[in-house]
Amino acid sequence: MISAPPKVRFRDTQVDMAHGAGGKASRRLVEGLFAPLLCGTSTEPLGDAAHIDISGTRIAMTTDAFVVRPLSFPGGSIGELAVNCTVNDLAVSGARAVALVCSYVLEAGLPADILEAEVRAMASAAQRAGVIIAGGDTKVVEHGKADGMYLTTAGIGSLIPGLHLSAAAVRPGDKILLSGPIGDHGITILLARGELHFEADLRSDTRSILPLIEELAAKAGSGVRWMRDPTRGGVATSLNELARDCAFGMQICEEWIPMHDAVRGACELLGLDPLHIANEGQFLAVVAKEWVGAALDALLGTPGGEQAVMIGEVTEQPAGSVLVTTRYGGTRIVDMLVGDPLPRIC
Amino acid sequence: MRFVDEFRQPELITRTAEEIRRLADPGRHYRFMEVCGGHTHAIYRFGLMDLLPANIELVHGPGCPVCVLPMGRIDDGLSIAEDPKVIFAAFGDMMRVPGTHGSPLEYKARGMDVRIVYSPSDALKLARNNPEKHVMFFAIGFETTAPSTALTLMRAKAEGIPNFSVFCNHVTIIPAIRAILDSPDMRIDAFIGPGHVSTVIGCRPYGWIASDEKKPIAVSGFEPLDVLQSIVMLLRQLKDGKAIVENNYKRVVPWEGNRAALKAIGEVFEIRPYFEWRGLGFISQSALRLKESYAQWDAEKRFSVPGVRVTDPKAAQCGEVLKGVLKPAQCKLFGKECTPEHPIGALMVSSEGSCAAYYSYALRKSPELVQMT
Repeated sequence: MISAPPKVRFRDTQVDMAHGAGGKASRRLVEGLFAPLLCGTSTEPLGDAAHIDISGTRIAMTTDAFVVRPLSFPGGSIGELAVNCTVNDLAVSGARAVALVCSYVLEAGLPADILEAEVRAMASAAQRAGVIIAGGDTKVVEHGKADGMYLTTAGIGSLIPGLHLSAAAVRPGDKILLSGPIGDHGITILLARGELHFEADLRSDTRSILPLIEELAAKAGSGVRWMRDPTRGGVATSLNELARDCAFGMQICEEWIPMHDAVRGACELLGLDPLHIANEGQFLAVVAKEWVGAALDALLGTPGGEQAVMIGEVTEQPAGSVLVTTRYGGTRIVDMLVGDPLPRIC
Repeated sequence: MRFVDEFRQPELITRTAEEIRRLADPGRHYRFMEVCGGHTHAIYRFGLMDLLPANIELVHGPGCPVCVLPMGRIDDGLSIAEDPKVIFAAFGDMMRVPGTHGSPLEYKARGMDVRIVYSPSDALKLARNNPEKHVMFFAIGFETTAPSTALTLMRAKAEGIPNFSVFCNHVTIIPAIRAILDSPDMRIDAFIGPGHVSTVIGCRPYGWIASDEKKPIAVSGFEPLDVLQSIVMLLRQLKDGKAIVENNYKRVVPWEGNRAALKAIGEVFEIRPYFEWRGLGFISQSALRLKESYAQWDAEKRFSVPGVRVTDPKAAQCGEVLKGVLKPAQCKLFGKECTPEHPIGALMVSSEGSCAAYYSYALRKSPELVQMT
């Protein structure tokens, strides 16, 4: 049988920064160009990690590239981020990271002590997350390229027993849980670039969320339908993707979403929506109604999950959209992030 | 958070919304124009339409500086940026605004030196740090941002910085309001008056709107309670048959404005005889340009500017939306060819533009809310 040639739907004339920002443009690129040409005709919604069979054993696999500037920032650095992010992508797909490999693209002229610090950061993050780094590769590019260092990691993981995650399993009435305060990473990076001339007592939230997810799986695994770590594009983009993939609505209550004052203040000043800001140590979980108590207890009882909270629920309408409600009865739709978040002036 | 939470208190908001319902005459239709893009953004972001009775219609005004800038000005500015020696600096708001051959961000992707700055003084700093380059600041904004451009130019002059210039698109709010009131298809009952512009110009310049045009106006902030309280003020005035200027943003707006800021504007800028506004056409004495004494820092004098005039795509009805004649969703392109990702008109670009706000935040039809516990 001859299958139809894959259909490329990507029509943009050039690559723009927005294609890497995690929002609509990113999705268009991945779904319109990469997936049809590289992943065949699979119509599965694209998750954080792929699950594949190797001789009858199902494993999870993912990869990530890191181009953060500055290389280190309050609360973390690129090396730590690279490990945690890969561990987390596997975790929200329902897998425990087993091994990672990493590639370093280094800029000629990068001071050796900075490189050593990042290698050490990677090693200790791997140790904390309980994952081995099994190999890697190094390339060096000319001075002036690669912002000092780009990192790529790939990881494989074994499936956590008892978890069966799929956007298709999500039903109206299911509850949406969030593991903790949002926006810390994105705002920390924005401020660490030093262009805004204001300071805040804020640290990136980068961490492995695997312990939280393992505890959630152990105590309420059969009630968990879907998980995602809201990195680039933030909570709004993750929930919009889910809304699209499951064809139901997401209703969340603004006041229930935990957020540090510094994040709120920075977003107010800059005209950014905290729901669009990147996180590196949080996750969203959709849990069947009858399992919400057990799921929240599991998270609240695990170190690092003390601020876990229910933020809303899955609804029939508005199908495919995310609706935010306020305590005084106003509502608004939040869309995926469009482009990079850019501060407003007035 | 201080100065924010006080103005978002649910009990006060609910009570104010009730007062609005009490004051609004059910037999009458009200059309209030919120002048600022910031108001439009707040109205959608906080879902304030849900709190108003159906007979109060909010019409989005011209006070979004990005939205009213004609495409020709963007083309002119970007044509200067094609010189490899030039750094094009602008606020984040400008970065996605489409010119004929792309937005500043697209120019940047093609290799031109385009930088986002957070204030004009950051652009001047860029000039100091890059003496081999020329930094051109693409200035936009109403009287709100004009003083900081003026102060930056005064600094550039005092320090004798040769590699810095300003491409000035500063506009003034009063002529735009007048153009709207003069427009034959406009029927506005009252105005939610500019907030941040008024921190500079004060409340006095609005006097004629009340005395000559007999339209109530309440200068308003941008929090939910600010906007709702302003609506209460307007309804009370209409009920009492009054038309006065009220200051509902006293925490930052002095009645007389900011003298130091006005002085800086006067030192550096003069009024252009006329300027083109997107959607409103040419309006006389509605914009600022650099005085002759600042000619050395005036990008329009230092560079040869093509002076492009570009007509908006025919199908785009930005003008009608900008004047409030059409609602965003009534434009033929809305949500189809024109989206925040691929904006055709500027109203879809800025998050303060009514189309973008409407597209991002508003539902075509209200769903049944689920009671969440």
